[in-house]
Amino acid sequence: MQASIEIPADAQLKYLLRLGDACLILGQRLGEWCGHAPVLEEDIALANMALDLIGQARGVLTLAGSRCAPRVDEDQLAFLRDERDYLNPTLAELPRGDFAFTVLRNLMLATWLKLLWQRLQRSSDAELAGIAAKALKEARYHQQHAADWLVRLGDGTEASRRRVEAALATLWPYAAELFEADAVDAAAVQSGLGPAWSELREPWRAEIDAVFAEVSLAAPADSRFRSAGRLGVHSEHMGYILAEMQSLQRSYPGGRW
Amino acid sequence: MSTTTPSLDPVALAAVAPTDALHSAAANEWPLWEVFVRTRAGLDHKHCGSLHAADPKMALHMARDVYTRRQEGVSVWVVRSDQIVASDPGDKAMLFDPADDKVYRHPTFYQLPDAVDHM
Repeated sequence: MQASIEIPADAQLKYLLRLGDACLILGQRLGEWCGHAPVLEEDIALANMALDLIGQARGVLTLAGSRCAPRVDEDQLAFLRDERDYLNPTLAELPRGDFAFTVLRNLMLATWLKLLWQRLQRSSDAELAGIAAKALKEARYHQQHAADWLVRLGDGTEASRRRVEAALATLWPYAAELFEADAVDAAAVQSGLGPAWSELREPWRAEIDAVFAEVSLAAPADSRFRSAGRLGVHSEHMGYILAEMQSLQRSYPGGRW
Repeated sequence: MSTTTPSLDPVALAAVAPTDALHSAAANEWPLWEVFVRTRAGLDHKHCGSLHAADPKMALHMARDVYTRRQEGVSVWVVRSDQIVASDPGDKAMLFDPADDKVYRHPTFYQLPDAVDHM
């Protein structure tokens, strides 16, 4: 059994891991649709997006690994950390649910990622700026794809509308975490590595509300619930998804196809 | 779909006949679209396959996801399959065989000036 790697307590590194892990875990969740989507074309679309996200995770985790001492690679970061060292927002790790749930989560996270990548193009880290420029094109398509489906489902049948509303009630409370300000953000702003996530709140709401307005969906009232995945405190679902992702690398260290 | 010619094959008929559910599933199926992709270096859009989609926007999205994953193209057309008018395969001999012995229709009997490109 391969032991876990140690992650240094460094604010810049945490900022990168929050981003890279959001892509990694959401990519894994979307990959679960492979062979299960409602129609073949959608199956391919979801797998495409999963691979886009894994590609983004690879770039960001490689960069994060270069800031660890000793240096670690993308695979070590992806597969050999303890649960507490994964810093994705909880929203990304929730089980994939039904198609409406997946579509709404994709809309929420793709919109957030798009806004984040836009700003990261101006990062003081040239490598991160480069990753952002490439990822932005992908995120724009993910957002459009999800928005298109949300309108279809929200405006579709009684059953599809009911599922969208149920997904909204479940997912909405997890959005608050995406825009919390903390010391990690402050350090990133200070060094120019990236924006404070809190500054994305307004533009995010504007874009989400515009999609909701097309189908007369109302965002639920804000609650006091705060998920804490980006602090390393995850939902009960995280252990299972990590077990699935890690079992191979843990059992066969350095294993390759 | 209403435009499909019903099969007269008894096996196919037996498979479709028993339940109304199957009939309504066929009626609810999204229409078929033909997909044309223009490659990076190509000048024209080439037919590359088909897919099912509910409307033009969805058909374009799906065409992008299904047929341009490996850098196949820089532009996509989709068109409803039932909007394409096709020649009858039974008329193939009548329509196309007469061209077989008309070699003089190829511009191979003329000397082209060097200045004329792309012929």
